[in-house]
Amino acid sequence: MSEALGVRDLAAQIGRRPVLRHVALSVRRGELVGLLGRNGAGKTTLLRVVSGTLPAARGSVRLLDRPLEEYGRRELARAVAVVPQQTSFPFAFRVAEVVLMGRSPHLGWLGFEGPEDLARARSALARLGIEALAGRSILELSGGERQLVVVARALAQDPRLLLLDEPTAFLDLRHRLEVLQVVRSLVDAGRAALVVSHDLGLAARFCDRLVLLADGEVLAAGAPAEVLTPERLRRAFGIDAAVVPGPEGAPLVVPLAVPSA
Amino acid sequence: MTHLTGRRVAAVLAALAVLVAAAVVLGLALGPSRLAPAEVIRALLPGAPDDAAADIVRRIRLPRVALALAVGASLSVAGALFQALLRNPLADPFVLGVSGGAALGGVLVMSLGAAAGFGSAAVPPAAFVGAVVATVLLLAVAGPGQVSATTLLLAGVVFNAFASAAIVFVASLAGLTDGARIFLWLIGSLASVGGVALFGVVLFLGLGLACALPLARSLNLLALGEESAAQLGVPVERVKRLLLVATSLMVGAAVSVSGLVGFVGLIVPHGLRLLLGPDHRLLVPAAALGGAAFLVVCDTAARTLLPGRELPVGALTALLGGPLFLVLLRRRRVGGVLG
Repeated sequence: MSEALGVRDLAAQIGRRPVLRHVALSVRRGELVGLLGRNGAGKTTLLRVVSGTLPAARGSVRLLDRPLEEYGRRELARAVAVVPQQTSFPFAFRVAEVVLMGRSPHLGWLGFEGPEDLARARSALARLGIEALAGRSILELSGGERQLVVVARALAQDPRLLLLDEPTAFLDLRHRLEVLQVVRSLVDAGRAALVVSHDLGLAARFCDRLVLLADGEVLAAGAPAEVLTPERLRRAFGIDAAVVPGPEGAPLVVPLAVPSA
Repeated sequence: MTHLTGRRVAAVLAALAVLVAAAVVLGLALGPSRLAPAEVIRALLPGAPDDAAADIVRRIRLPRVALALAVGASLSVAGALFQALLRNPLADPFVLGVSGGAALGGVLVMSLGAAAGFGSAAVPPAAFVGAVVATVLLLAVAGPGQVSATTLLLAGVVFNAFASAAIVFVASLAGLTDGARIFLWLIGSLASVGGVALFGVVLFLGLGLACALPLARSLNLLALGEESAAQLGVPVERVKRLLLVATSLMVGAAVSVSGLVGFVGLIVPHGLRLLLGPDHRLLVPAAALGGAAFLVVCDTAARTLLPGRELPVGALTALLGGPLFLVLLRRRRVGGVLG
């Protein structure tokens, strides 16, 4: 099986606090997997381990059928791109310049972006429908527009595996759909993506499989309809919720209440 | 699509080089005896007549202008690097206490060194050691792992406060004559240093640029945050440590010969960023040229504004720098006014 990402028995800690224990998950090529769980469940930590910025305490991570440790820094950046929850900018870079930063792992240490880099940056902007922003200062944009620029930067990076950490949290509905459709089309073209989301409805609609994290462990993994059950939502999020059939067969989660007991 | 090209870098740097040349001619022409630009240029060419004008240009004014070039470039590049590393356009050698450490080292030697048999020749090395000690302490406080910008800035603020207090303490122990000398040195002056001191500043400026220029694109990526920079392939910790050391060496060398010339590291990179945009592949070399021209002009003004008297150049840069800073801040536009 052609695995983009394979995580086995992973444990990780931040400082001395264990955040992940015994995590196993897999993302195949051509697959979009949603990573769900309450705040502090370890979702972001998992993305940090996979992107090489936090060492694993135990277990193994395989990327494109090779161990993560075998990757050099820049090689890893060519294989995996990360869209963080939020990016703050201290300086007034133009949107085009920010998107071109995604080309960095493909360039030599010296030198400037060439025609191919420009073409990729342009097409990333076009995919997200923000070509018009190219010449604007990143500091002038709204939070949502800025996040679209960061997604475009990740697309320009041309990764095999895309890791998105709540990429749509600050976006309006149209932009949410746009981002997820772009990710979906990349995945359908043979890439892979792991997306953290608190929007269970959209995750269920766009993802092939969902992984539900609770207290640093995988509570459930599988097709959206298998994972999103009232019982599991109660355990993972501590809420009462109804799950009803939605359009196109995707389950629809309706949060009801926080149980009093 | 708007982006940086090698051609644009070359064009901007060439324009700045012309500005530097103009500043140098101005600095060599003005003084107690005013020379025409043509006289200045003739005196610089090989085979110049051995007249009074050539003597003034070459022996009296050139060493000082050369020092202003090197110190201005060092402080300005150091400012640009600190701002990039700390992701804060207000960071500079002063904020981090590196200049303060250098000043403390110099003042210690000036006030107590005489008793121990040190001459004034020991001031530059002592200031230099002070800057390095400040940086080492800064890094020690920050710890071996991830150095967060907040930690560094806070450590710098505390270190500055400590250095200022120690300087006041030491200076108040010194006699009246030494106290006045210390005061003048702290304000900053480019007068009377030898060729060795100039060589030291130029050497460390060269080393600093040699470290910083190949890492310019990494500095751009650091603007996305350290985590994102690492995820784009930047060896973040290595880059930060290398550049912090290179920067403290540049600052130490500059402060050791010129005292505290403030605002250059804040004003020049900030102004250039507003004009040219924040890409460090252009900003870092532009800061070297811009800082050099800026300090030559300031020092020339300090020498010539009041006939027969010399103003401290450090006071002048601060007086010029403050208002200019505000004007630039108000005109802040997309990426850069000329971009």
